[in-house]
Amino acid sequence: MTSITISRELAKEETMMRDTYCRTLIDLARENKEVVVLDADLMNSMGMVPFMDEYPERTFNCGVQEANMIGIAAGLSRTGKIPYAHSFGPFATRRCFDQVFMSGAYAQSNIRIVGSDPGVTAAYNGGTHMPFEDMGIMRNVPEMTVMEPTDNAMLEDMIRQLSHVHGMYYVRLLRRFATKIYEPGSGFTIGKAVALREGSDVSIIASGIMVAEALRAAELLAEKGVSARVLNMFTLKPIDKKAVIRCAEETGAIVTAENHNIINGLGSAVAEVLVENMPVPMERVGVQDLFGEVGPEDYLRKRFGLTPEDIVNKVEKVIQRKKSGSISNTQQGISNDQGKRAIKANRVPKG
Amino acid sequence: MILENQEELERFALQIRLQTMRTFQNLGFGHAGGALSVVETLAVLYGAVMKFDPQRPDWPDRDWLVVSKGHAGPAVYSTLALKGYFPVEDLLTLNTGGTNLPSHCDHNKTTGIDMTTGSLGQGVSSAIGIALGNRLDGRDNYTYLVIGDGECDEGQVWEGAMFAAHHKLDRLIAFVDVNKRQLDGYTKDINDLGDVAAKFASFGWETYDVDGADVMDIQNAILKAKTVEGKPKMIVLDTVKGQGVPFVEQIELNHHIVLDKELCAQSVKDLEQQLESLTTS
Ligand SMILES: Cc1ncc(C[n+]2csc(CCOP(=O)(O)OP(=O)(O)O)c2C)c(N)n1
Repeated sequence: MTSITISRELAKEETMMRDTYCRTLIDLARENKEVVVLDADLMNSMGMVPFMDEYPERTFNCGVQEANMIGIAAGLSRTGKIPYAHSFGPFATRRCFDQVFMSGAYAQSNIRIVGSDPGVTAAYNGGTHMPFEDMGIMRNVPEMTVMEPTDNAMLEDMIRQLSHVHGMYYVRLLRRFATKIYEPGSGFTIGKAVALREGSDVSIIASGIMVAEALRAAELLAEKGVSARVLNMFTLKPIDKKAVIRCAEETGAIVTAENHNIINGLGSAVAEVLVENMPVPMERVGVQDLFGEVGPEDYLRKRFGLTPEDIVNKVEKVIQRKKSGSISNTQQGISNDQGKRAIKANRVPKG
Repeated sequence: MILENQEELERFALQIRLQTMRTFQNLGFGHAGGALSVVETLAVLYGAVMKFDPQRPDWPDRDWLVVSKGHAGPAVYSTLALKGYFPVEDLLTLNTGGTNLPSHCDHNKTTGIDMTTGSLGQGVSSAIGIALGNRLDGRDNYTYLVIGDGECDEGQVWEGAMFAAHHKLDRLIAFVDVNKRQLDGYTKDINDLGDVAAKFASFGWETYDVDGADVMDIQNAILKAKTVEGKPKMIVLDTVKGQGVPFVEQIELNHHIVLDKELCAQSVKDLEQQLESLTTS
């Protein structure tokens, strides 16, 4: 069932992720009368109008009511329905956290929460709409599964699988064009990372838009004679511990790459596995505990250090540490003062 | 405060609309519908009603404004620039990397903005907090609040409504921009708001129904609101999403749009001409 075919070149896909999401849900709704869709006044943004046209009685656009939406989804799931509930990432997580926690997870409800516009892809909507914390928030909920599908092939497989399982699932979804990593028809196992490239000097563990950047970084590193393994950790929770430990054993150095705060995201999750099992030098590429801001996506990728070059820099640093034979990283540690300055720089004073 | 300034306020509204459209024209896209529908209200607030000083944006005795539908930022920025808070040229930096003018209002970035908003519903509570804080400090200034009709879906709006009435916040004057549309379409089709004035009235607010395109009607309502003690006030603005720019009004889903270059240029020209004829008449 889980045969994965990796695409050869890193090209932008021609279909938007949201269209795959919508089409897959229409298929699922046809197969299973329990599938229902909820949204909070973002059906157009999410491209879900075709679903609504086909299944108006199974579509609930709640209006701008994220907390109510999740509560309703919990109630629907009590009656055996299979709700897929969407809003932008910040509003699908922060805005309704207690509803997700209590009516959802604690009550053992059965909800798929879809949070769109991950991290810098929120671009022109700016800091209020730019989730660097959504996965971290959801990771803190017991029994919650947290995933970030990488491209259309993975998204389709994931959305299909989620109609057969029971529980709480958070799917972080890029709405527009992903970079193609997998061939259509590929099948994945939730909780099992995918090795995209072999390598022996370092492992880059990435998710979401950073997967393609990790592969690009691996190319740049190869030119410098560094052999980098690339792993797609599309399930943040439960994290694939075995895969992380194997990377540590076989490459002895790890860099994580995420379009998310490095606190409580992929970097944290990988670090937890490492310190308890196989401590090796590790560096984290991702948002350094900053708020989002407005701008074009390419500007934001540079602004928040999410480029292949940023990954290369961290790889070079981690390999230095590996060579020095110590996992200690104290000289480079960020002092409190530096941290404060970084925060100030992000919050441009008015004037 | 005087009531003879109709022409002046209409001119100011046109200027705000023109600057807002120039900003969108430069960017090519934006939250045009909901920015344009509050232009007349902003013109009255900053043109006649509010107490403020662009030289002292943090003056505690000023009247405060919370635009809870934070995506109307571009119209607010145009107003602030025209009032001298920052250069009009800065408007063209909207949404560019490193800008002080993001899509959604941000008081840490933009001089003259009193509260950060963008996640709908939250500005209601913030405005209540500001009004409470000013009252605690013994000030008699007003706090103004603008919310959307779609925004009224949020439970937080009604939590605030109950609280503000309970605490008799009579220095809180709010507007709900009833432009009849939210993001996904007509509010009545998505989650019908019904009689919004009656709803707020039943929560204990004094309410006023006004034509949100009529500067004198808006101004009158504010003057009346100021005479009523012991209650928060809600001015219900009957508006059109995209107000005053016909091609935007006519796009059915005009919440966030890519603006057709020619139509946009034409609308800027039309607004310039309207302004010209007002000035010369
Ligand atoms: C909590 C929250 N949920 C969703 C959104 C996305 N969103 C932005 S504007 C909007 C529609 C708002 O409609 P309305 O209040 O009527 O605004 P207007 O028509 O006046 O622009 C939505 C759903 C948001 N900004 N905040």
